[in-house]
Amino acid sequence: MEDPYKALGVAKDATAAQIRSAYRKLAKQHHPDLNPGDAKSEQRFKTVSAANDLLSDPDRRGRFDRGEIDASGQPQAPRSSYREHAEGPAGARYGPGAAYSGGWDEDAFADIFGSAFGGGARGGRDRPARGRDERYTLQTDFLSAVNGATQRLTLPGDRALDAVIPSGTTDGQVLRLRGQGEAGHNGGPSGDALIEIHVAPHAFFERDGRDIRMLLPVTLAEAVLGGPVAAPTPGGSVQLRIPPHSDSGFELRLRGRGVPAHGGHPAGDLYARLRIMVGPPDPALEAFLKTWRPAKPFEPRQTMELP
Amino acid sequence: MIGVEVLLTVIPGLPKSDLERWIANNWIKPDGRDGAYRFADIDVARVKLILELRDELEVNEAALPVVLLLLDQVYDLRRQIGRINAPVSRRD
Repeated sequence: MEDPYKALGVAKDATAAQIRSAYRKLAKQHHPDLNPGDAKSEQRFKTVSAANDLLSDPDRRGRFDRGEIDASGQPQAPRSSYREHAEGPAGARYGPGAAYSGGWDEDAFADIFGSAFGGGARGGRDRPARGRDERYTLQTDFLSAVNGATQRLTLPGDRALDAVIPSGTTDGQVLRLRGQGEAGHNGGPSGDALIEIHVAPHAFFERDGRDIRMLLPVTLAEAVLGGPVAAPTPGGSVQLRIPPHSDSGFELRLRGRGVPAHGGHPAGDLYARLRIMVGPPDPALEAFLKTWRPAKPFEPRQTMELP
Repeated sequence: MIGVEVLLTVIPGLPKSDLERWIANNWIKPDGRDGAYRFADIDVARVKLILELRDELEVNEAALPVVLLLLDQVYDLRRQIGRINAPVSRRD
């Protein structure tokens, strides 16, 4: 993590006004919506915003100066995500269209590419011809792709389309909506809309084919004594019985709690791998461990060859 | 889709009068009518963008329509290019 003072190009004793002004200057230059598609600028903007978040908060700036926290401070809120929407089909809402004149239209591109590739793509002007297929991308969240969902897509020309995302959809899968593409010419049939689905990753679930994997945090007591714990699944929370003496890394299988059955495929399973969390410092626990003599002492690293 | 009340809690510090003015200016185009607006994800992101442009990047409201018009055109071009590139790149 870069030193926040260096990131903003200000001195250690810069005033709040100097920091604000340095941040604004850099933000204007590197804002991701002003540099779409430029990963370098985006990274720079993140660094600069993080530095500003830290240094513009007198309390956190002080703790950083005293070395109590490092430059990463704490995770910051996700920044501007306008671009993700604006570049997808939803962006058409703010596209040129009726509001502005002189925008690019399909024909401008057809002209460019038609002449570049020798033209005649649409054949004779007066014969019936099928409309072209139109391609879109649709961003969906992890659980909608697993469980299935209906998502509204706004197409150019203010046309709205309800895309049914079937349960078990995978990242990159293309849905074909028949007859929803370009209108046919001279009485020909319409083309199809091809919608490529992008599935956003989930905070703790991970797809593995029809199965889903997750890390399930448990307390020390739950791991040693066992017992019921509530565990999230894509279909909702379930009670899970942890067997006594379960180690970190122990994996439980919840049959049928993965991707639901779809299109002839049976439902997948959910694999929950335990991760023991010791939790906040507890004097009683420490006192107990200091005096505790295990009945069967063991060396957990005995299978590792230590030099 | 969310309504005005939820939007105002999602974006703390946004005065309702600012939002209403932006809608009147057509900078934000929610579905539905006055009193029953429905905001899509892109509308929420755009409200945040406008707030950021105005409050952090010092684009005042007099200059905002110019900036938004240019941004909208850039994104329109990028969507068009994306749609052309998608079928082209899949052939290799």
